[in-house]
Amino acid sequence: MSGNMAFAIELFGQGVANGLMYSLVALGFVLIYKATDAINFAQGEFVMIAGIVISALASAAYEFPLWLALFAGLIFMIVFNIALERVVLRPLIGRPIVAIIMATIGLAFILRGIGPMVFGAAPRGITLPIEDYPVIIGPFFFTPIQLLGAGTSILFLLIFGWFFLKTRKGVAMRAVADSHQVSGAMGINVERYFALAWVMAGIVAMLGGVLWGSASGVDTQLALVGLKVFPVVILGGLDSIIGVVIGGIIIGVAEALAAGFIDPYVGGGTKDFTPYVLMIIMLMIRPYGLLGRKLIERI
Amino acid sequence: MLDSSGGISDPILTVDKVAKSFGGVQAVREVSLQVERGSIFSIIGPNGAGKTSLVNMISGFYKADQGSIKFDGTELIGRKPNGIAELGIARTFQNIALFRGLTVLDNLMLGRHVRMKSSVLSCFMYWGAAQKEEIHHRKRAEEIIDFLRISDLRRANTGELAYGLQKRVELGRALALDPTLLLLDEPMAGMNQEEKEDMVRYVLDVNAEFGTTIVLIEHDMGVVMDISDHIVVLDQGEKISDGTPEQVKADPAVIRAYLGASHLQE
Repeated sequence: MSGNMAFAIELFGQGVANGLMYSLVALGFVLIYKATDAINFAQGEFVMIAGIVISALASAAYEFPLWLALFAGLIFMIVFNIALERVVLRPLIGRPIVAIIMATIGLAFILRGIGPMVFGAAPRGITLPIEDYPVIIGPFFFTPIQLLGAGTSILFLLIFGWFFLKTRKGVAMRAVADSHQVSGAMGINVERYFALAWVMAGIVAMLGGVLWGSASGVDTQLALVGLKVFPVVILGGLDSIIGVVIGGIIIGVAEALAAGFIDPYVGGGTKDFTPYVLMIIMLMIRPYGLLGRKLIERI
Repeated sequence: MLDSSGGISDPILTVDKVAKSFGGVQAVREVSLQVERGSIFSIIGPNGAGKTSLVNMISGFYKADQGSIKFDGTELIGRKPNGIAELGIARTFQNIALFRGLTVLDNLMLGRHVRMKSSVLSCFMYWGAAQKEEIHHRKRAEEIIDFLRISDLRRANTGELAYGLQKRVELGRALALDPTLLLLDEPMAGMNQEEKEDMVRYVLDVNAEFGTTIVLIEHDMGVVMDISDHIVVLDQGEKISDGTPEQVKADPAVIRAYLGASHLQE
């Protein structure tokens, strides 16, 4: 095997692992979009705020044991998202989609301000009890946090996939996603499912905050992982869970290959914009994504 | 104008001086009507008469500007659609409103949703009470599937079904709520003769077998005159006639609304 080929395979493995962690963050976005039709531009900030809360609680300032900090972070995200849905998003239901987008963008910047204001702006880390040695599996080379991240992502994507396909509440949530009006007529409490979607997005954001925070440190930069959500969901389809997995993996691999093969020749930077190039191409050829629902209008 | 509302002994639904306007348009103007328990009650009228607006107010999608809507003595105005469904009022929609991507059985089981009690957590843990409940509701869904003769379609994705069958599944989903009052918004629109006859038979069977009171909006005059116990005619948001099919058929106000004043003078 040539050196280049081995390098490509290694990058591929890295890309898949990172991509699955993108999938997890994007899943939060998709859950909300599916159930409530709201486009949430603050998913990255949710991840950031979860990371900030957990790292701050576990730091010298509060000295929470890690498990307690994680648990507190989870409860915080659930309560926070329920409150947010109730106070900010619910009154906007039925308004033009632009109103919701602008509200969530505003929210994103508020969170970027409030997080450091309350817990301090100094970068922190989340130290999970895992080894620091790289793990080599066949031709692949991973850091332990990548494996943990990919594993957690797969686990939760499976749980949510199973929830939507097999459980009664999950089926009801798909019904709510399909039509709020008809669901209401069937006796489904639509608003309760909105709240449930936001809770799920909060749980996913907490996991993303721990994994990405542990992989790359916690400060307001952590919110940038949210920007990767957009190419992921455009590629995979805005309302598809499997699409999120596929989109995440494609974006992760594209990033890794761009970083490994193109960046050295052009002096860097392509890693950061390659996902968006793919996103724009996708929007031109298949605007609803690989697995998204194609809207058919009756004329 | 005929009015027989004084003659109803056991009303299940009482609409009293209900009005609704959208901007400057008065969609429904002080409409009152009473639906007798166990009857088939039709609301007819030209396009834009306010029929669907009225049904939307009964099922809670629109909030009436004034008046009252009482179902078995309970005021409906101010309740959310799901709260009204819980009281035992189910409806179908003018345009097909089946949940896409779900099977026929899933659609019907969603109709059972309102009768289910287990929480989110218990459905993550699929055993015990949740499972017992599931079996019970599945049985009822299967009864409805048999009743509508769609047993070979239960695993079919609703999007793949022919139009008439989709309408039948939608009826089944509404029946899955075990409603005491069923609102059907143009269930036969766009159907061919055979599909229409099927639907008429199912509507009659639902009424006879389950004792369900039916409020029907329909354009097909032949069907309406054949199966209704009582008819209300709306025109431009106002009730212009109210009576048995024979009474309504003979009412000059109805003939005027449908055929135009000139026709009467000939």
